[in-house]
Amino acid sequence: MQNHVLDYMDQIVAVKPDKIAFANDKEALTFAQVYGQSRAVGTFLHSQGVYKKPVVVFMNKHPREIAAFFGVIAAGDFYVPIDEEMPASRIQLILENVQAEVLICDAGTREATEKFDYHGKVVLYDDICLTTVDDDALWDIRSRAIDTDPIYIVFTSGSTGVPKGVAACHRSVIDYIEQLSEVLEFDGDTVFGNQTPLYFDACLKELYPTLKFGATTYLIPRELFLFPVKLVEFLNDHGINTLCWVVSALTMISAFGTFRTVVPKHLRTVAFGSEVFPIKQFAAWRAVLPQARFVNLYGPTEGTGMCCYYRVDRDFAPGEAIPIGRPFRNTEIILLNEKNERAGQGETGEICIRGTSLTLGYYNNFEKTKEVFVQNPLNTAYPELIYRTGDLGRYNERGELMFVSRKDYQIKHMGHRIELGEIEANANMVEGLRLSGCIYDDIKGKIVLYYVGNVEEKDLAAALREKLPRYMVPNRMVRLEQMPLTANGKIDRVNLKQSYQGGGGTLK
Amino acid sequence: MEDLLEILRDLHPEVDFETCDTLIDDKILDSFDIVSIIAEINDCFDVTITAEKITPQNFNSAEALYALIQELEDEE
Repeated sequence: MQNHVLDYMDQIVAVKPDKIAFANDKEALTFAQVYGQSRAVGTFLHSQGVYKKPVVVFMNKHPREIAAFFGVIAAGDFYVPIDEEMPASRIQLILENVQAEVLICDAGTREATEKFDYHGKVVLYDDICLTTVDDDALWDIRSRAIDTDPIYIVFTSGSTGVPKGVAACHRSVIDYIEQLSEVLEFDGDTVFGNQTPLYFDACLKELYPTLKFGATTYLIPRELFLFPVKLVEFLNDHGINTLCWVVSALTMISAFGTFRTVVPKHLRTVAFGSEVFPIKQFAAWRAVLPQARFVNLYGPTEGTGMCCYYRVDRDFAPGEAIPIGRPFRNTEIILLNEKNERAGQGETGEICIRGTSLTLGYYNNFEKTKEVFVQNPLNTAYPELIYRTGDLGRYNERGELMFVSRKDYQIKHMGHRIELGEIEANANMVEGLRLSGCIYDDIKGKIVLYYVGNVEEKDLAAALREKLPRYMVPNRMVRLEQMPLTANGKIDRVNLKQSYQGGGGTLK
Repeated sequence: MEDLLEILRDLHPEVDFETCDTLIDDKILDSFDIVSIIAEINDCFDVTITAEKITPQNFNSAEALYALIQELEDEE
């Protein structure tokens, strides 16, 4: 039985050593190269005595970064990807959380590593990938591997301002990759066009199926997502036939009438998720790709990746929501109502996940883990964890699962999961600012921050830009004389939202 | 031109848009900005920037972007 994600690589390198595995617009690595380099990296980490430990990978998005991930796993360690797109303060929090002994960088990020308060060893990928492979040592590490050992930690927004590191193991990733591949019908001819960053779980959809099937993944250069015509030309030039993208990347193409100039030629699978797909844009995609399969995916990082899917099989009217459908095989979705009982027919309940796809929890954070990875309340006979997503859902009359809303102040913005509380926590640290309340305009897709204090809007914007990832910086900031509060003294977001919708952004 | 500069300054108060002509080359603007700029220009100038006009050249400076807006206004 497969108990290790690198089993995928061992099998494929014997069959298709010279096929391109991972490429960008300039460079490509074959399966043999990925295999060789990752084993060199693994040997190096072994020689440093780093085993069952987190290893930070801080590299520019590149095929070599992926080989570095596999190298970390080959050493029996787990990778922690960070990226220059992340603000320095966030990277610092991650480094403090994981306390890694080794950080792998490249020529492009080496200088940036010096800005951090980090006391471990910093090594260059281009140096360590030349290490002579020690087959015996790697074999020994592999033979001792357990499929519940972690393979990566990725960080997600935390409401207190501190990001949480979700640790996933071989078992959950294998389960996810097997189920996802079945649903999206990947095979050896699949050519992925990767859009999502490598420092989230979203890229699992391309990375591991590429190994499993001997497919090919192109990492699409970030800057192409600014220029829709060039982007579609890139897809056509490289024969890309499969996209797993966030909705905003897809609508970026359709909304500007790109299809009047250029049309994707090879696409056969378009998977999307993480946010609402406006039906007008969705219809534009379907019209231009009548033969392609469109699949809506849903799932939290804590469930390894995606846990539900809906294959589009009918037309939708404007304003209608596309279902999140049904769980992958080997996963159960339990809707729990406020009494912790299974929600009845048509009743809304919290979406809870049961199955192998559950991740291990938040790294170095038992407290937060215990809040959401909990005993299944429907099972009083033996220990069984479920993950409480905080998302509310219900089944429609067709028996399809529908996303309803969030229980708390988490939002999805441009495909990113954001805690409004994290934005407020960071705003509140800005000198002169006394109080802030953040809301999300889900119609226009804008984050709006209200605040009280002696700070100019533009200074606040500049300060937040340094603390928060770009996608979390509020689109609008509104200074108030007084913050509306609820009876028990909390910020009254309902009031803020109502007055925002009332127009003008000023409070009465 | 002043209206356009205002739109741009709202997004990046730290940039001198009157002189900067490497907005794309130096990765100052990202895809969030491009989408916002196009929406704001549409609202403010009542012109539609279509996909084939969304090129690095047209977005590299405020001046180039303003020339594009004028070109589109003349067409209508």
